Amino acid sequence: MDGQSNPREAKGNGMEPTDLIGAYRRMQTIRMFEERLHDEIKTGEIPGFTHLYCGQEAAAVGVCDHLSVDDYIVSTHRGHGHCIAKGCDVKAMMKEIYGRADGLCKGRGGSMHIADLSVGMLGANGIVGAGAPQAVGAAIAAKLNGKGRIGLAFSGDGACNQGTTFEALNLAVVLKVPAVFVFENNHYSEHTGVAYAVGTSGDIASRAEAFGMKAWRANGSDYFDTYKVMGELLDYVRAGNGPAAIELDTERFYGHFEGDPQRYRGPGELDRIRTERDALVSFRTRVVEAQILGSTELDSVDSEVAQLIEEAVAEARAAPPPDPASVTDDVYVEY
Amino acid sequence: MAVMNIREAINATLHSEMERDSDIILLGEDVVGGAGTAGGQESIGGIWGTSGGLFAKFGPDRVLDTPISESAIIGAAAGAALAGKRPVAELMFADFIGVSLDQLWNQMGKFRYMFGGKTKCPAVVRMIYGAGMNAAAQHSQSVYSLMTAMPGLKIVLPTTPADAKGLLTEALRGDDPVMFFEHKALYGVKGEVPDGEHRQRFGEARMVREGGDVTIVTCGRMVNFSEKACDKLAGDGIGVDLIDLRTTSPLDEEAILDSVEMTGRLVVVDESPPRCSLASDIAATVAAKAFTSLKAPPIMVTAPHTPVPFARELERAWLPSPQKIEDAVRQVLGFR
Ligand SMILES: Cc1ncc(C[n+]2csc(CCOP(=O)(O)OP(=O)(O)O)c2C)c(N)n1
Ligand SMILES: [Mg+2]
Repeated sequence: MDGQSNPREAKGNGMEPTDLIGAYRRMQTIRMFEERLHDEIKTGEIPGFTHLYCGQEAAAVGVCDHLSVDDYIVSTHRGHGHCIAKGCDVKAMMKEIYGRADGLCKGRGGSMHIADLSVGMLGANGIVGAGAPQAVGAAIAAKLNGKGRIGLAFSGDGACNQGTTFEALNLAVVLKVPAVFVFENNHYSEHTGVAYAVGTSGDIASRAEAFGMKAWRANGSDYFDTYKVMGELLDYVRAGNGPAAIELDTERFYGHFEGDPQRYRGPGELDRIRTERDALVSFRTRVVEAQILGSTELDSVDSEVAQLIEEAVAEARAAPPPDPASVTDDVYVEY
Repeated sequence: MAVMNIREAINATLHSEMERDSDIILLGEDVVGGAGTAGGQESIGGIWGTSGGLFAKFGPDRVLDTPISESAIIGAAAGAALAGKRPVAELMFADFIGVSLDQLWNQMGKFRYMFGGKTKCPAVVRMIYGAGMNAAAQHSQSVYSLMTAMPGLKIVLPTTPADAKGLLTEALRGDDPVMFFEHKALYGVKGEVPDGEHRQRFGEARMVREGGDVTIVTCGRMVNFSEKACDKLAGDGIGVDLIDLRTTSPLDEEAILDSVEMTGRLVVVDESPPRCSLASDIAATVAAKAFTSLKAPPIMVTAPHTPVPFARELERAWLPSPQKIEDAVRQVLGFR
C-alpha cells in the first residue's frame, strides 16, 4: 500500500522491538481510551464537547516517539491522542474529562484544554488555529535553551486555513527557529471537505513550502511511514536548518463531535476507512508477518491497556468533584 | 400567530428577509455543510441548525460556506457591506470574536465615523454565546459586555422567539453593524411569533413583569433565570419590575430610570464577569442619574472575575442562578 514503509527499515532509525511494543501500546491506549469515551459519553456522565482521535493514532505516536519531554508540543481540540503520545497520565486525563477535582487540570479545562507542562505538552486548544503561533514561541525558547529541542504544533486541515497559521509559518521561517508544523489531514473540518476549504486543491504541504520551508508528506495512518519521515524531518530541523512542515494523510473514525450525523460522508466511506486505514491493524499485521513481534505479546499489551482504561474510568467515576468554592482559584499567580 | 422556538424563528426570518431583499447574503463555517465532500452539500445547515434550507433556496452566490477563517469572514462581511450588500456573518461561537476582533472593532464599528458619515456598514454578525453546556473557557463566554463598550456597534440579545424575529428583521433593515447574540441555551425556548412583518425597534426594553418593589435589569438568558426568581419572590408577596434590555447598545435608559424612580431598589443580573461589565455600567448609570431615588445600594449579580470553568459543579458556581438573584432581591429590600 502506498506510503507504507518497511518495519525493518523503520527499525534502522534506532528502534528496537521494545520500542515497537511501546509504540503499539501507546496507539492502543489512544484507541481504547477514545472508544471507551465514545461509549461513556452516551451515559450522559461526561460534560461538554468531546472530539475523539480514533483513526489518527499513528500520527500522534509516530510523531511523538521522536520527542523527549524537553520538546514542546501544542495540540488541538482533538487532543487526547497527542496528550497520550506525549506521556500525559492517562488516569489523570480521564478524570479531567469527567470534570474531577484531581483531573490533570483540576476539572477546570476538560477535554478541550488538557495540558501537562511536565511532559512538554503545552495544551490542547479550543480555538482552531491558536496553536501554530505558540509553537513558534516554544521554538524560540527551545533555540535559546540551546539543547537541540523543538516546538511542534499539531494542526488540522481546517486549522491550516486560519490567518494565525499563515502568520506562524512565515514567522518561523523569518526567525529560522526549530518549529515543526504537523498538519493532520483527516479530510474534514467539521462538515466541510478539505478539497473545498484548502484552496490548493487540498494540498497542505505545498502551501507550507510556499512560505519558504521544507515540507514532507507521510501516511498518517501508518506508524512506520510517519515515524520514518518524521525522523528525516527532525534530523533536518535539529541540525539548525529552521522550521519544517509535514502533512499526514489520515482519517477520523468517528463524527466531528459525538452525535454528528456525518451526512458529508460518501456511501460505505466509514467501512472502507476502518478496513483499509486502521493503524493498529496494519501495525500488528506487519510486525507479526516480519516476525519482529509475536501475536501473543501484542495480545498481552491489549489486555494490559484494556485493564488500564477500565481502572481509569472506574477511578474517574468514583473521584470527587471540584469544590465549588474553588471556582475563582488559579486565575492569576498572584493578585 | 405561529408558535415556534427561537431557532425556528431565526431560520424563518432569514428565509423571509432573504426572499424580500436580494442584497442579503449569508456566510460562515458550515452554514451549508458538506462542501467538497462525497456526501454532498447541505449536510448540516449550520451547527446550530439556524440556516437550514437557505442554500437550496438561494444558492451558492448568496449562501457561502467558508473555511475556518474568522478574521476573513468578518472582514469580508465588512467589505461586502461597504460595497452595498447586506451580509449576515455567523460566528459559530461568540468566543471567536477573539480571532476576528480587528474587523469588528477597528473596522466595522469605525468606518462611518472615520469616513465622516459618508459610509454605512449594514452587516449583521450572528454569534452564539453563553455558558451552561460545560463547553469551558473558550466556548461559553458572554462577550456582549466587551462589545457594548465598542462605539459604532449595536448589540442585540433576543430572549423570545417573537423578539428573535423582530430584532433580526430590524437588524436586516437598518444600516448599522449589528452584533446579534444568540444564547445556545435559549434556542429551544418556544413562544408565539407575530405573522407577517414584525420589527422590534432597538433601544426599547421589554417590561417582562411589573411588581413595583424592586427593579431587576438584565438581558439574555438571565431574563429566564430572573423570571424563576420572581416566581419564588411573588409567593412571598414581593413584586419585581423585570426589565429585559433586548439591546444593550443602544440602551433604554428611560425604562431603567423610570422603574428605579418608583422602586428605589436595583438588582442588575449579568452573565459576564463584573469588571467594566453591563452590570457595572447599569449600576453606574442609575447611581449617577437616579441617585435621589435610590433607597439601597444597587446589587450586581454576575459571574466572577474568572474564565468559565468546565466541570459541572464549577460552572454552576460560576453562573448567576435564580437562587442568587432571589437572594439579591431580598438583600436589596432588607437595606434600611
Ligand atoms: C477559531 C475557531 N473557529 C471555529 C471553531 C469550531 N471548530 C472546532 S473544530 C473545527 C474543525 C477543525 O477542523 P480541523 O482543523 O481539520 O481539525 P479536526 O476537527 O479535523 O481534527 C471547527 C470549525 C473553533 N473551535 N475555533
Ligand atoms: Mg480535519
